[in-house]
Amino acid sequence: MSDLMLQAENLSKRFGGIVATDDLTLNVARGELHAVIGPNGAGKTTLIAQLSGQLRSDSGRIRFAGEDITALPPHQRSLSGLARSFQITSLFLDLSVLDNVALAVQAHAGHSFHFWRNARKDETLRAPARAALERAGLSDRADGPAAALSHGEHRQLELAMALAGNPRMLLLDEPMAGLGPEESGRMVAMLRALKQELTILLVEHDMEAVFALADRITVLVYGRVIASGTPEEIRANALVREAYLGEADKEGDHV
Amino acid sequence: MTLFFEQCLNGLQFGLLLFLLAAGLTLVFGIMDLVNLAHGSLYMLGAYFAATFSVWTGNFVFGAVLALAATLVVGMAVEVIVMRRLYSRDHLDHVLGTFGLILFFDESVRLIWGPAGLSLPLPPWLSGSVQILSGFQYSAYRLAIIVVTLGVAAFLYILVMRTRIGMLVRAGASNREMVGALGVNIKLLYTLVFGLGAALAGLAGLMQAPILTVQIGMGENILILAFVVTVIGGIGSIRGALVAALLVGVLDTLGRAFFPDILRTMLSPTAASALAPALSSMLIYLLMAIVLVIKPEGLFSAGNK
Amino acid sequence: MTGVLNVRNLTAAILVIGLVLLPVYSHLAGDRFVLTLFTRIVIMAMAATSLNLILGYGGMMSFGHAAYLGIGGYAVGMLAHEGIYSGFVQWPVAIAASALFALVIGALSLRTRGVYFIMITLAFAQMAYYLVSGLARYGGDDGLTIYKRSQFIEPLNLSNKIQFYYLCLALLFATIFLIWRLINSRFGMAVQGARSNETRMRAIGFPTYRYRLACFVIAGTLGGLSGVLLANHGDFVSPAMMYWTRSGDLIIMVVLGGMATAFGPLIGAIALLLLEEFLPLIIKVAGTPFFGSSAAARGSEYWMIVMGPLLLLVVLFARGGIDGMLAKLGAKVSAKERS
Repeated sequence: MSDLMLQAENLSKRFGGIVATDDLTLNVARGELHAVIGPNGAGKTTLIAQLSGQLRSDSGRIRFAGEDITALPPHQRSLSGLARSFQITSLFLDLSVLDNVALAVQAHAGHSFHFWRNARKDETLRAPARAALERAGLSDRADGPAAALSHGEHRQLELAMALAGNPRMLLLDEPMAGLGPEESGRMVAMLRALKQELTILLVEHDMEAVFALADRITVLVYGRVIASGTPEEIRANALVREAYLGEADKEGDHV
Repeated sequence: MTLFFEQCLNGLQFGLLLFLLAAGLTLVFGIMDLVNLAHGSLYMLGAYFAATFSVWTGNFVFGAVLALAATLVVGMAVEVIVMRRLYSRDHLDHVLGTFGLILFFDESVRLIWGPAGLSLPLPPWLSGSVQILSGFQYSAYRLAIIVVTLGVAAFLYILVMRTRIGMLVRAGASNREMVGALGVNIKLLYTLVFGLGAALAGLAGLMQAPILTVQIGMGENILILAFVVTVIGGIGSIRGALVAALLVGVLDTLGRAFFPDILRTMLSPTAASALAPALSSMLIYLLMAIVLVIKPEGLFSAGNK
Repeated sequence: MTGVLNVRNLTAAILVIGLVLLPVYSHLAGDRFVLTLFTRIVIMAMAATSLNLILGYGGMMSFGHAAYLGIGGYAVGMLAHEGIYSGFVQWPVAIAASALFALVIGALSLRTRGVYFIMITLAFAQMAYYLVSGLARYGGDDGLTIYKRSQFIEPLNLSNKIQFYYLCLALLFATIFLIWRLINSRFGMAVQGARSNETRMRAIGFPTYRYRLACFVIAGTLGGLSGVLLANHGDFVSPAMMYWTRSGDLIIMVVLGGMATAFGPLIGAIALLLLEEFLPLIIKVAGTPFFGSSAAARGSEYWMIVMGPLLLLVVLFARGGIDGMLAKLGAKVSAKERS
């Protein structure tokens, strides 16, 4: 058994003349929280989309837990244990919070051609859903409609849905985006707890969160990896400071 | 052979007429994202106006011009009174609201013109036939329809591809917010576009009036055909509407004319004559089904106008 | 408000009891017309309930649901025309035919979304309309009279008006119950998830197409069964029963009553069909003081001129339907109780 959870080898993706991902190689070790950072337009969201299968890569291979998943469609990647949360909140707003997570559980529970038994009273769906809500810190909002949640709670719900299928690895696309300081703090605490159990690939703009959480950091610029290493190594890397962190200072982000 | 050629021209004429309807439908949908079931009612109104105004003025052409102006006005009024309240709603509301309009228009026509149909006689100079090839005569009026619709198609092409309004129209189809940001008076633009669509439908109706009986419900039957054209051509695409309208027009006309004979070569005469009317009316729907299997978004999907 | 005794449930209970007791009233008052009218209402309510499964719960804007009424009806009519009267043959054939039609139409039209879906379901339903209009053997445009209703084993006799009414009512309640079970099952959750956010459903691993298609076929089949009843009720089938405005009527019933609610379509069917029945009378009575009795009587012939704008007003201002109003009323009542 390899100790690499996710291996992306020589991935490329072009949109017309724009190179979004340029011969990118990335390894995520089992159990680590690996952050991917980079300035706007560095291709981070494209990378997540390629890894989750939403975008097909022009070239390159992706292995997950030793198996080649390059050709698998998104839902099969998700069923094999690679769960993804969305940057833009994409929920079932007219269903209840618990229903949202229960649907995610149901997706992993075989086909849904069960026509008679009440799914809302089915403990094989409800119990894991409640457990996932618990882990994401949303238990008290379970019965309300998803539309009534705050922005931060939507992010938590996203996380709960990703956790619902008992994934081996999470792909998190900017879970802190748009959160206030207090909500960000809660999210960081939650991710810190989760990283004890799961492998996580985190794409994030919030440098404070990234440096607080990450075991390793990869820096992307124009779809290329310019550096990869521990937070200390990245902090010390001159190339990174020039290409990215300098710019981050100007933006007012704190490192 | 002569018969085949004549039916091809009939198909072309019918197809071009369908194009007038489908163009309005697809413009209104592409730009305002509005599903308008009452489009057929404007076609019907065009026919009724033409029949009435021709009698009043005693002149077919004057009557037609007045009818065109009247449908334009009715269309813009409908836009101002009803449609602009529906843009922000979902498609279900569009369907229900415009369904209500159909009931209203059908019943109003019955109230004003009575339940019996009207007929619109052609002026002598259009009722004859002209020789277009040696030994081949064709109805002057149908030829006139072909010429007029080709002219309108060219006008639409120039309007959409070459003018500032057309640029806004194309921009609006792909990016609503951008048009707003350009500082264009969207409300006015929408009223004009809807009026244009109504006038196109009215034109189709008034030109059909001398060929068919002018009657209530005439708009609904042709509306479905316009839907089929729009689906085949791809919503929002004028070029798609033209290609699909010609396909549907020719296939439908030739199917009705020759399909029974083709069927007779394959089945017994009694079975063929029993099935022919039912099956030949299905041909265009089969075409639609085939297009859906191959290209679910239509032959020319939007963005590729 | 979530208690069992709220305004909505109370209305539903009153409706159910009223419908069950209706033949008693009809018998006592000697009013046969009301039984005929309500048999029709019950049948249309069943069709609307089946449409609600795809339109309300599934978010599939089908504009061709009357086609199933026609297919179910014509299966009965054609078989009867050929001398086959047994309900044990007619009904399964009708159900199989509507299921098959729904499968083919659904498989094609569910490849598309939004307006395409509306137009395509409309077009295919219209194709079915033209198809039967062209069948001269079965009456063509003029339709087909059915001389004997579907035959079952004694004591079930569909020609008995009271028996037939109760059969229709039982099938309506069965349909409502079936759909209620269905939408709360795993299958129903998958269908509702696909209505709410299809992209996300696919992302978390649901092959949504097959669930939607199955839902579409179930709704079509139940629609076909309503057609079987409608043909037996009218002793007649004609292309008009599947004309596209019939599909529009069914949508109106669903929206008017309240989409995605168990009893909404029934409420909507009662409201629309009673309105159609009595609007001419209302216009006549209300118009007489203003326009004189003869003008008002003439005006009442044109009641659709009122119906159209009325529909428009409902769309613009009362989108929750009647059920939504009842829910609001219920909320007000319980708020008052609390204070």
